[in-house]
Amino acid sequence: MSGEFVLRMQGISKRFPGVHALDQVQLSVRKGTVHALMGENGAGKSTLMKCLIGIYAPDSGTIEFNGQQVSIANTHHALSMGISMIHQELSPIPHMTVAENIFLGREPLTWYGLVDMRELNRRTQELLGRLGIAVAPEKKMAELSIANTQLVEIAKAISYESSLIVMDEPTSAITEAEVANLHNIIRSLRNRGVSIIYITHKMDEVFNICDEVTVLRDGRYVGTSAIQALSHDLLIQKMVGRELTDMFHKEETPVGEPILYVRNYSGKRFRDVTFQVRRGEIFGLAGLMGAGRTELLETIFGVHPRTSGELYLHGKKVEIRRPSDSIRHGFALLTEDRKLTGLYMNATVRDNISIANLLRYLRGPFVRFRKVAADCERMRQALRIKTPSLQQKVRNLSGGNQQKVLLSRWLLTEPEILILDEPTRGIDVGAKAEIYRLMVDLARSGKAIIMISSELPEVLGMCDRIMVMHEGDKVGELVRGDATQERILQMATGLKLTTANA
Amino acid sequence: MRAVISQYGIFLIFGLMVIVASFLSPAFLTTTNIVNVIRQMSIIGLIALGVTGVIVSGGIDLSSGSVVGAACVVAASLAQIPDRAFYPAIAGSPVVVAILAGCGVGALAGLINGLLVAKTGIPPFIATLGMYTAARGAAMLYTTGRPLSHLSDGYNVIGQGAFLSVPVPILILIVMAFVTHILYSRTKFGKYIYAIGGNEQAARVSGINVGRYKILIYTYAGMLSGLAGLVVSSRIGSGQPGLGVGYELDGIAAAVIGGTSLSAGGIGTIPGTIVGALIIGVLNNTLDLVNVSAYWQQIIKGGIIVGAVVLDQRKNRGDR
Repeated sequence: MSGEFVLRMQGISKRFPGVHALDQVQLSVRKGTVHALMGENGAGKSTLMKCLIGIYAPDSGTIEFNGQQVSIANTHHALSMGISMIHQELSPIPHMTVAENIFLGREPLTWYGLVDMRELNRRTQELLGRLGIAVAPEKKMAELSIANTQLVEIAKAISYESSLIVMDEPTSAITEAEVANLHNIIRSLRNRGVSIIYITHKMDEVFNICDEVTVLRDGRYVGTSAIQALSHDLLIQKMVGRELTDMFHKEETPVGEPILYVRNYSGKRFRDVTFQVRRGEIFGLAGLMGAGRTELLETIFGVHPRTSGELYLHGKKVEIRRPSDSIRHGFALLTEDRKLTGLYMNATVRDNISIANLLRYLRGPFVRFRKVAADCERMRQALRIKTPSLQQKVRNLSGGNQQKVLLSRWLLTEPEILILDEPTRGIDVGAKAEIYRLMVDLARSGKAIIMISSELPEVLGMCDRIMVMHEGDKVGELVRGDATQERILQMATGLKLTTANA
Repeated sequence: MRAVISQYGIFLIFGLMVIVASFLSPAFLTTTNIVNVIRQMSIIGLIALGVTGVIVSGGIDLSSGSVVGAACVVAASLAQIPDRAFYPAIAGSPVVVAILAGCGVGALAGLINGLLVAKTGIPPFIATLGMYTAARGAAMLYTTGRPLSHLSDGYNVIGQGAFLSVPVPILILIVMAFVTHILYSRTKFGKYIYAIGGNEQAARVSGINVGRYKILIYTYAGMLSGLAGLVVSSRIGSGQPGLGVGYELDGIAAAVIGGTSLSAGGIGTIPGTIVGALIIGVLNNTLDLVNVSAYWQQIIKGGIIVGAVVLDQRKNRGDR
């Protein structure tokens, strides 16, 4: 390992409205090494990389590349300096061919100025052959499997012949044999002096191919160390790190009889999941992004069709085909993305609260607005929604208060089972504490709550039982006393339990 | 088999229409009639060539018809016989100057469309809706609402002349269709408008200057509308500010019937668009020949446009 740095990012800060995404973060990558960038969901890894390749401009901080201070204006600029990236979340251009996608922006031309398709396909064939990827250059991207799409994205990033390649979860969709092949490719790149920033949640991959590790947590720099100096447990500790605060006013509430029994449920992105939830219980779902938690709960709610399984309410089998069925049976779903699937940002607080319940307020064809207003006012007081009036547009509320509006909407339907998907994402600490208090109150009043959360302290602080999922499978269930962050993370990363506490 | 039908469906439908038309009316399959059909569709065809590219890039162009009006009055003012001219100072210019001016006015309108879309980020629908109104107003202003007649014989060749007994408008369309086909399918520019329409963010991170190519495609589409304006004014021997009303919708219809997708960008071809324009032309012609009233023709055309999009959406859903 040479001492020469290909990249030094120092004091990088980036703010988004309401969030301090990066706070004085640093990252130094040595030439010819594989550098793992680790952290929980939301730790700031992707934001840091977007600052590196010019998608975001950092608010402060310096970037040195190959010893020179640079200011990267856009991705084109980054590419021309020799920094390329595998974009995990970006889908390719579906109706263009593999070759056209890989060499987009760098097409070979004939002497008379047209794109040389033959040369394009030949170069692609040569590149894919060298990387051991069996995909035809002329095939349309839309026709490829997810695994092959990911392999093509990898090939594209490598084809730039960059001196620094960022790989953001490059193995999330590919098989083990393909992972092994990718790791061989990475080793040969490294031997040629190429540096790689490797972002992954998979511990075994980090220990398999990385030389150094930088850990971020909550948008802050935790530390950098050589891989030899780390163990699995130590690394997880660094990622999790923080102390549990007294934010969680968890009270022991009497847990009643089982309400919901989900048996052998399978669907898109999850398989054969069985669990039970009792009255007065807060049931947590932990796992990494893409573990299938959201898909599972949305399928239970009737948003997506299931492929197999049964659902029992109070011991009776019920059939849920669409959300209206589950709402009738007493379910309520608070979605992960408030703006996308929940709130009408340009409508008023009152309309947002009452929209799912309008049928109850009808007299003939008319809406009884006075009754609506009275109920909404009751909700506002109960949940302490901070808004100048019920006529305020939801857009103008803070994230936490928006979340409360959404919660009010569902509480008005008087649900028995409340499904909360990342209920505290993107809201500030004070609002979080209030949401937690509400959850406890609701549980005490006899409702069953199912919560997805990627924030482990929240799961540990709030849940009576925790089910952990990994890539669509239920890995196990932990009860409140037994659960630790380390255990959950180990289960969620699919690590075979090698340590004594297995 | 099903793949073949969905790929070439529009060509099969066109073939079927020709067969049905020739049964319905013996006059259909005569040389005169066929030349007539193609000449009539050539103006919409020219507009549709540009509109196809704009829609492929994920945009829309509502200004084509108004740009036809603006381009043709400027060209006509240059091509008028000097002693009966509206602007005597510039009348009687060489035909080449009139042609360049007409195409130039179109390109300028397109450039403004492109700049608005690329630089301000407003939706293309709004940007080109503004040009739809403004270009028509500019055309009216330029001639104070009057038609500019008494055009030079040289200018009138564009719309009325023939070469080897093929009408010049058809020749123009053939040449421009060929050029545009190569431009869209074989050049970098073409690849990039498909890439931008298919996934703008992916195009951006591949280092493509998205704004520049958007400006270029709107400019090219505007230039083609200007060319269509030359043809139509020369054909009737008069540059009129009111020419081209509704052409933008016919152009969009031709592109859409020909398989250009309004719902998902990055899909559409020039051969498809030409067949789309031919389908509209053959349909109009056949309905004329068998004496279907003009009102019914509009209803039938409306149904076909909607039907084509329904088919198109099914096809694209099948892809996923």
